[in-house]
Amino acid sequence: MDGLRALITLLGYTLAGQVLAHVSGLPIPGPVAGMVLLLVTLMIRGRVSAELERVSALTQRHLSLLFVPAGVGLMTHAAALRAEGAGLLVTLTVSTLLALGTTALILQRLRRGEST
Amino acid sequence: MALWGWLWASPATAVPTALLLTLGCYVLALEIYQFAHRPALLHPAITAMAALIIILSAGKVPYRQYFDGAAFIHFLLGPATVALAVPLYRNLAHIRRLGPALALALVIGASVAVATAWLLGRMLHLSELTLRSLLPKSVTTPIAMGLAETLGGSPSLAAGIVLVTGVIGCLFAPVVYRLLRIRDPAVQGFALGVAAHGFGTAKAFEISPLAGAFASLGLGLTGLATALALPWISRALGL
Repeated sequence: MDGLRALITLLGYTLAGQVLAHVSGLPIPGPVAGMVLLLVTLMIRGRVSAELERVSALTQRHLSLLFVPAGVGLMTHAAALRAEGAGLLVTLTVSTLLALGTTALILQRLRRGEST
Repeated sequence: MALWGWLWASPATAVPTALLLTLGCYVLALEIYQFAHRPALLHPAITAMAALIIILSAGKVPYRQYFDGAAFIHFLLGPATVALAVPLYRNLAHIRRLGPALALALVIGASVAVATAWLLGRMLHLSELTLRSLLPKSVTTPIAMGLAETLGGSPSLAAGIVLVTGVIGCLFAPVVYRLLRIRDPAVQGFALGVAAHGFGTAKAFEISPLAGAFASLGLGLTGLATALALPWISRALGL
């Protein structure tokens, strides 16, 4: 079926996620709700179709292409970036390094405890 | 130049123009990235974005006009997020085995990412809009953009911030791991996925397939946990 069925699945769950997020009133993005719904479905069915596997691998390989149109929107924030670009960069660097180090240290400590 | 203006005047020409420009810049950026042996600073999304911003600014095309044309690519973020359920499902065995350890590392790591960004941003006097767009910085872009909107930030600013976060994570991860003596590929991968989302995941796949699997796990779980928790937390704190 050339991936058409996988496309229908992904579009269907995207829409279902949006509807669920809207109806439930939970402040979560619709696509995230769709991801959870699909995960639950896969767990119940116990398998992934080869087609869905293929389409999902393709979207993951080129995931970064999909955020280019939104990222180009940075051009509309030129003034703000000129004013706070340096502060923003410092914040991002320090915060990202702390998150990376903390996560790795905790997991390493816990794994070591598990193997001994 | 009259022809250039005409191209952007109606959807019949503006849509293919915007799509071709976006795809063209991305494919070229991908070629450059591979040719230069994949340095984190030359990530194709960054190069493509920079090229498009230069082209649009030079051609005096308003962002709105470009975005309306390229909206189809942007829309695909939704289904692509849904598709992340597949690698999550594939890694279920790992999640179950390492469950509690992963959960604890994830919750603390993701909290550190959000809390330090908020505190530092406050200390450095970033504007309210920037702060609200900054909170979901460690989450994969489609989720971050939705979250930024929910939190009262700017989705486009959030998308840019997420890109920069990913590059920073990939640039500094080798140094951090050497300093902290982190050698287990599963640990290296998971932390990259938690702190630096899709960029970190791509980097982890370069370490080893196992590191990559744990990174996609970290990416998916952080996205999910942050998406679920952040709106409640910000509401509870009255931000």
